[in-house]
Amino acid sequence: MPGNNQQPVLRFDRVTVTFGDVEALSGVSFEAFEGESRVILGAAGSGKTVLLKTALGLVKPDSGEVYAFGENLAALSERQLFDIRSKIGVLFQEGALFDSLNVGENVAYPLLNQKSIHCAPQQVLPRVEEALEFVELGGTLEKFPSELSGGMRRRAAIARAVVTEPPLVLYDSPTAGLDPITAHTIIALLIKERDVKLTTTLLVTQRYQDGNLIANFRYNSKQGRLEPAGSGAGRAMRTTFMVLREGRLIFEGGQDELEQSKDSYISKFVKQRV
Amino acid sequence: MLAGKALMNVFRSPHYTDDIALQMDIIGVGSLPIAVLTGFFSGAVMALQMSRALSDYGQVGKTGTLVSLTLVRELGPVLTALMVAGRNSSGMASELGSMKVTEQIDAMRALGTDPIQKLVTPRLIATCTMLPLLTIIADFVGIFGGWVISYLFLHIDSRQYWSTAWRALEWNDVAQGLMKPFVFAFAIALIGCFYGLRTTGGTQGVGRATTQAMVTASILIFILTLIIAKIFVSQVAS
Repeated sequence: MPGNNQQPVLRFDRVTVTFGDVEALSGVSFEAFEGESRVILGAAGSGKTVLLKTALGLVKPDSGEVYAFGENLAALSERQLFDIRSKIGVLFQEGALFDSLNVGENVAYPLLNQKSIHCAPQQVLPRVEEALEFVELGGTLEKFPSELSGGMRRRAAIARAVVTEPPLVLYDSPTAGLDPITAHTIIALLIKERDVKLTTTLLVTQRYQDGNLIANFRYNSKQGRLEPAGSGAGRAMRTTFMVLREGRLIFEGGQDELEQSKDSYISKFVKQRV
Repeated sequence: MLAGKALMNVFRSPHYTDDIALQMDIIGVGSLPIAVLTGFFSGAVMALQMSRALSDYGQVGKTGTLVSLTLVRELGPVLTALMVAGRNSSGMASELGSMKVTEQIDAMRALGTDPIQKLVTPRLIATCTMLPLLTIIADFVGIFGGWVISYLFLHIDSRQYWSTAWRALEWNDVAQGLMKPFVFAFAIALIGCFYGLRTTGGTQGVGRATTQAMVTASILIFILTLIIAKIFVSQVAS
């Protein structure tokens, strides 16, 4: 495994999160290293979103510890958490763009509000434009989120997540509720972001084909499109699959192992493969 | 808890002045017509009702006194606060509630802003400044409404009406009349934001939060007005 002896970017140590008497996560442990892609599969309600929110320190674990960039999140105050969060880009389910702001203001929001990101005022607009260009949404600066289609909203939200060029990006069901073609372009964007900016990527999804794309394709910046990453050990090393079931991590490993798994829950996901 | 945090943020940077100005516009200017209308009609109806009661004692000339006293002490603050609670407390709950269920609140925290600082504190500051102003306007319009009735139907001399209305007011009444909206403003803004921020359960939850915010804020206004009136009345007695 690459970077096995370096510090993990994100580490979960036996993390348990409960809401009332429901365990949303129970004893989840894993480590994500720099440059790695992790695909987290699971049915609705299996704790995928909670896992991402715990990684951001938005949800406090009842037991266990979460380390991001080597810092124990539980030991930090909300103000100190802002510094950690500024290194983590996040795409929420449905985007969570601010309705009251237009697309340009939405994308500029992290640049203007994250204290540890020092962005000169005259740099804001060019960076916003660059981020929107990256997601192929140039020229929508003045539009409001309600005027955009679902796929465009998702792309604007990705632009907002990556405008600060965070080393770690979390995507919460980026393809949920989108048609297959739009879903494909969204995943292509994630791959582009990963391969151009070399970010560590955590992708939560219900669709196995998203993970399949992430694992087997890479972005060719010369031609500006995706190409197969080539076979062999190279690809499986970079992408790790995790399967969550009712808050428990029941699988962690490469794609080949995942496809060979006999577990009926896991094979239900993998059968969707296209 | 929320109250403490929101208050602490009043004295802490960053200040979102744009948001404060926007909220002042929504709460203050937006509620102006409704405050003026309630003020006018409550003043007018008070004048009519009181004149009947007063005529039993042959004291119709004292209408101005009664109208201004009841308005400044009680009706002006309470009715204006109820209107603003209905308009803005529920508005805050539904706005913040929608943001909560669409994860915009989480997004805000993830993107480096404290939602209490960005959302609650501006609303608190704006309500606390605008509600006393609205109440003063409502009081004046109410006394004016009383005058319209007195002049047109009760044939009270204008000068008599205004001088009795003016002389009726003591420092104590005015203090009470300004203290109340200030306290009510806390209740309105904090209750609205509180129910908004703890919304769960999708759009249905937003509806629930809105209703709860309005009902709780209104009830609190009645309880608070009783407490404040009690404090002021016993102060005078002692």
